[in-house]
Amino acid sequence: MEALLHQVLSGLATGGIYASLALALVMIYQSTNHINFAQGEMAMFSTYLAWTLIDAGVSWWLAFLITVAASFSAGMAIERLLIRPVEHAPLLTVVIVFIGLLVIFNSVAGWIYSYTIKSFPSPFPAEPVFGGLMSAHELGAIGVTLVVLLLLYVFFQFTPLGLAMRAVAQNPASSRLAGIRVGWMLALGWGLAAAIGAVAGMMVAPVIYLDPNMMSGVLLYAFAAALMGGIDSPGGAVAGGFIVGVVENVMGAFVIGTELKLTVALLVIIVVLLVRPSGLFGKVFVTRV
Amino acid sequence: MSVALPARWWQVLGLLAALALLCALPFVLSNYRTFQLTLALVYAIVLLGLNILTGYNGQISLGHGAFYAIGAYTAAILMDKFGVPYWATVPLGGAVCLVFGFLFGLPALRLHGHYLALATFALAVAMPQILKYKRIEEWTGGVQGIVIVKPDPPAGLPVNQDQWLYLLTLAVAVVMFVLAWNLIHSRVGRAWMALRDHPIAAEAMGVNSALYKASAFGISALYTGIAGALGAIVVQFVAPDSFTGVLSINFLIGVVIGGLASISGAIWGALFIQFVPNIADHISKAAPWAIYGIFMIAFAYAMPTGVAGFLRVAWTRATRRVARAGAQA
Repeated sequence: MEALLHQVLSGLATGGIYASLALALVMIYQSTNHINFAQGEMAMFSTYLAWTLIDAGVSWWLAFLITVAASFSAGMAIERLLIRPVEHAPLLTVVIVFIGLLVIFNSVAGWIYSYTIKSFPSPFPAEPVFGGLMSAHELGAIGVTLVVLLLLYVFFQFTPLGLAMRAVAQNPASSRLAGIRVGWMLALGWGLAAAIGAVAGMMVAPVIYLDPNMMSGVLLYAFAAALMGGIDSPGGAVAGGFIVGVVENVMGAFVIGTELKLTVALLVIIVVLLVRPSGLFGKVFVTRV
Repeated sequence: MSVALPARWWQVLGLLAALALLCALPFVLSNYRTFQLTLALVYAIVLLGLNILTGYNGQISLGHGAFYAIGAYTAAILMDKFGVPYWATVPLGGAVCLVFGFLFGLPALRLHGHYLALATFALAVAMPQILKYKRIEEWTGGVQGIVIVKPDPPAGLPVNQDQWLYLLTLAVAVVMFVLAWNLIHSRVGRAWMALRDHPIAAEAMGVNSALYKASAFGISALYTGIAGALGAIVVQFVAPDSFTGVLSINFLIGVVIGGLASISGAIWGALFIQFVPNIADHISKAAPWAIYGIFMIAFAYAMPTGVAGFLRVAWTRATRRVARAGAQA
């Protein structure tokens, strides 16, 4: 029983990271109806930035803040420069641009930092908590996820800017008529997604170590989480993240072993898409002829 | 009609001359270059298959590396465990992939656009883990993979092993290209393109969407499986880590650079993904991919029809200019 509890708790910790990245995916999907395949690599690159700062002697939390701010600006810049020109292009063109971004971030990180695996420090103490059931980092990662979630909730519910962003996601044409700068709201969505991804990267790096390919597995789980919760529902993405994290950990520990963990994500994706494509909390859309 | 016919003859003559040149190449190039060209031909078959699905039917697949892996492993296991002759494994690899592709295509029918890209991407990323799975290690050789013996040319032919593999691959490629050409210019091809351009209108006109989309998936996987089997024989080795998500992205890059919805595009794309990394490798290990990424984005903006489309436009302009000059003279 204690083994199961231990797996569930550490599943919640990784689930928090999947939830963050899934939230970043939802952020972009909501505003532009695109699934950002480069989200994981963007997060990886942000984490390298944080590593550089920490390596240069900056304190952990200061590096964290600088990285989040830099990722936010970089995300906005990417939307303005690269995504905006293909806003109305066919889907395939958009997917190609995303894959191009993925490839560029991955190779540039490899170029600058080499492909050797680096360790990434955790800001939390090393000793376990709850009588050895969880590490302090796992508890801290859950805490950080919840804080991010709370901040986003407050931002979207109680600020005029958050309201404007929700308006754009719902009806861009009317929002434009009401005087909202739609283009900038989309860029803001990208910036927020990049910042949330950076947080996820910095939380997962102490566990899975830092290398240019670290995010491919995490991104897959984030996809699974976002789909399970409903790709257009932020709260659903978070719930999906925690569910996927727990399912992955429990299945990996007791049912199929660690070697097939990614296949669990594949199965979750396919089953969700087949049985309930709109996810647990998503809206069902009907195409009009 | 009297004007159109000779033009068509010129086309056929040109294709035959190109084919003769391709047949002669291994006898003037080194064995290593021949091997590289053989691989480029293998990739050309994959890109042709992927183009049928993505270019002509509009279904985005980021997971063709997985089908390539299935074809390669089918060939390797058949040769290694069952002593099947190498030439017989090529159609068998294709057949196995046809079944897998059709089965994966059936659920994929309900997914369009991004969701399909996502599901196939997941398949590609998960593939190495599936191949390493302990329960099937007896067949797949686990992490170690399977080593294949290089086939000898048939007795009596004055060619070495590398030249024989090249000629065999070329023959398969020519057959596959002719088949693809006929398929795309038939009723089936028109139905695929109609479903790509306007799915609702196509269905209203009586095109069976489920059947045609699943068949595009199956046939695309068949092409990829045949190429996978050939690739395994040419490289003489299969291992899980050769078939990561990177391979699938490579194929997509080839299709985009070569030209979507273009048959000759498969050749340009294959040459690109086979030779550009070799050139760029001298700069840095990461350089080929950086160049890939930049090329991909640049092509998406500036040359969405790829090299094949660019050549087509350039050719039309040149001939029109010649015709105008002739009219003025």
